[in-house]
Amino acid sequence: MATISLKVNEKSHVVDVEARTLLVELLREHLRLTGTHVGCDTSQCGACTVWVDGKSVKSCAMLAVEADGAAVTTIEGLSGNGKLHPMQTAFHTCHGLQCGFCTPGMVMRATELIQRNPNPTEDEVRHGLEGNLCRCTGYHNIVKAVLTAAETVRGGAQ
Amino acid sequence: MRNFEFHRPQSVADAVTLLKGNDAAKLLAGGQSLLPILKLDLAQPSDLVSLAKIPGLKEIRSEGGDRGDLVIGALVTHDEVASSPEVRQRIPGLAALAGGIGDAQIRNRGTIGGSLAHADPAADYPAAVLALGATIVTDRRSIAADDYFTGLFQTALGADEIITAVRFPVPERSAYAKFPHPASKYAVVGVMVAKTAGGVRVAVTGAGSKVFRLTALEQALTENFAWRAASAVEVPPGDLRTGGESSPEYLAHLVQVMAKRAIQACQ
Repeated sequence: MATISLKVNEKSHVVDVEARTLLVELLREHLRLTGTHVGCDTSQCGACTVWVDGKSVKSCAMLAVEADGAAVTTIEGLSGNGKLHPMQTAFHTCHGLQCGFCTPGMVMRATELIQRNPNPTEDEVRHGLEGNLCRCTGYHNIVKAVLTAAETVRGGAQ
Repeated sequence: MRNFEFHRPQSVADAVTLLKGNDAAKLLAGGQSLLPILKLDLAQPSDLVSLAKIPGLKEIRSEGGDRGDLVIGALVTHDEVASSPEVRQRIPGLAALAGGIGDAQIRNRGTIGGSLAHADPAADYPAAVLALGATIVTDRRSIAADDYFTGLFQTALGADEIITAVRFPVPERSAYAKFPHPASKYAVVGVMVAKTAGGVRVAVTGAGSKVFRLTALEQALTENFAWRAASAVEVPPGDLRTGGESSPEYLAHLVQVMAKRAIQACQ
């Protein structure tokens, strides 16, 4: 067992984990943050996407021990004071989901995308979401949601 | 996944010590190839030696002024290469290649040293390293790209040898074109073309069991740098992989098309 300390959604944790524990297992099974989903478990679908030190990563392709000392943000930490993040609102209003399984990963990746590129083209959004698979929507409304959220954030509105 | 001992040495020398005499130990860089392999039990290391805490492996720097080499540390991520102003200005073809590896999440974790040590036959970086005539710098020596890739997932690295940086001579022009597999984003075929004062180099990834150069096309392009030269190029059949979902004829055709696109992108 290894003892690691990390911040998850601004809260400090010290946990004992086996070396082989994946970051997603730490989040879901040890910390009970089940908003992060396991879709494929082969690091292809992106449903498990979280931020590690502000960058989106697939938490099924990273060991928990690698996150020692890091700040992790999950979908539970994106909204504040019970208020949805503009990206979450845009997924809602643009109907950017159907079954919703891929949505937490989509929202985390898409939010990092518009932070780094506040005014993306449709092509840049599609390229930026290549690591997130959705089997329901055909992506059109997801792309629309990301562009809408980018516009909202640029306008300073919440 | 089998359990293992996890180590985070603070120096390259300590990492080498942990690898020495332990055939079942493996190095961990960004883990974007290694973690999926471990999860499938395709490798069952007794020890994982993480390079993450070793200082000095994450730098991008130019050596010897404006005309000097561009040196990229082994732990620099694909995203850092793609978005580095220095790489974009000095070798834009390399920055563009890095920006097309895998997907955004993989580019945030995966590293240049990890990719080269893994030596996947369909990875993008091997094409850049070979076409640009780069040098792989390890804890004990420098290896020319021409001597580095020895076979399928095989390199000239010793079992306890660690890549610390990659040294790229800066070309006049370079570009990479790939036909990505739609699911994995690995190259079905990728071609990197580099035009330097000393001539043209062309490297092909994805099409064979390891990255290889197209010397006939290099000679034609050194004489006349025009995309039409790629129409005449014949890929040695022995260089092409067989038995996959792509026939050798299809791969040879894709090599021509990707070569033409890369040459055009160099203009």
